[in-house]
Amino acid sequence: MAEYLLIESRDPFESNEVGYYCELARGLVEAGNQVTLFLIQNAVLAVRPSAQTPKLRALVGSGVKILADDFALKGRGIAKLLDGVQTAPIDIVVDHLEAGHKIIWH
Amino acid sequence: MAKKTLNIVESAYRAVMEEQDDTILWLLAAMQGAGAEHTVVLRGNAVNYAVAGQAMPGLTVGEWKQTQAPRMDNDVVDLIEKRKIPVFVIEEDLAARGIERGELAPGVQLLSSKSLPQRMAEYDIVSHW
Amino acid sequence: MSQKTFAVALMDAPYESENLTTAFRILDAMAQRGHNINVFAYEGASGLAFAKQAPHPNPVHGKNLAEENHPTTKDQVAALLALAAKNGGKVDWVNCGMCVDERGVGEFVADTRRGSPADFHTFCEASDNVLVIPTK
Repeated sequence: MAEYLLIESRDPFESNEVGYYCELARGLVEAGNQVTLFLIQNAVLAVRPSAQTPKLRALVGSGVKILADDFALKGRGIAKLLDGVQTAPIDIVVDHLEAGHKIIWH
Repeated sequence: MAKKTLNIVESAYRAVMEEQDDTILWLLAAMQGAGAEHTVVLRGNAVNYAVAGQAMPGLTVGEWKQTQAPRMDNDVVDLIEKRKIPVFVIEEDLAARGIERGELAPGVQLLSSKSLPQRMAEYDIVSHW
Repeated sequence: MSQKTFAVALMDAPYESENLTTAFRILDAMAQRGHNINVFAYEGASGLAFAKQAPHPNPVHGKNLAEENHPTTKDQVAALLALAAKNGGKVDWVNCGMCVDERGVGEFVADTRRGSPADFHTFCEASDNVLVIPTK
């Protein structure tokens, strides 16, 4: 079993490929890994409770830990997050690097 | 022994005309020459790199003419045959783009996206481009 | 946490992508913790340390040069190197040579250097972990 930090910088409104990345996160968890999905930059546009983002919503409760970058949220005026998504500082990237986890940026 | 790296390449046809190469496939070929151990998975639009018979017309601007326009399929074959870098394409992404198996350059291997998590476990480093 | 060595690949050119803001935040966090950082600045990122970048005023917002305090990535690179040194870490910032040549950005911030893909391979082999920040 390995640990992964999947960093998603794209939003699902502009890029179809975000769906693939959500599926990859799910597949990694189902394969027995620990997975954190860290939404940064425009990816945080998907986390408002009222946002129409079925693929992200489907990941909540799947075993993937979903985090959103506090800097990106603040910059975009997003204060309320979808249930199941938590705010996190950029330092978590270094935490994961230090721990030897595989870090993949999309 | 070098660390094994899996490179998932998604970005396609970005700057290939100016660079006369895909910048990532080129980088991996150069690193392989320095002793790296790379594997490539083409996904998304990058699966089109594996389609045989591509022929970018050279760019012409006034009297300036490009003489070494890129051939992405040739570069894929070069990776496989000369650099010994295995190249996989995600079969679901081929199907989505209406690309048949028979259209692919020789030596390209198919991989289901469902197998990617297991495949990733086999590598020391996984990079997404 | 003991000192680690990280390899980071960057590709984005200055002023074109939010990737670089995030990248510098991560690099800053690494340097704050005293880690060694090996950066391979590839493609557009080979211009991040270009010494001849110059800030400008902002006439749309009525700000003069000083008021606008326009960021330049070369200053961010220099600041990163200084921060790392202060905290006991070493930064080896390599600008990919051919990328530098084709962009004409061959004058770098002090203590960054010209290199090649072989350097990125060496970095990956020598590092505790690798972070690749691709361009779109």
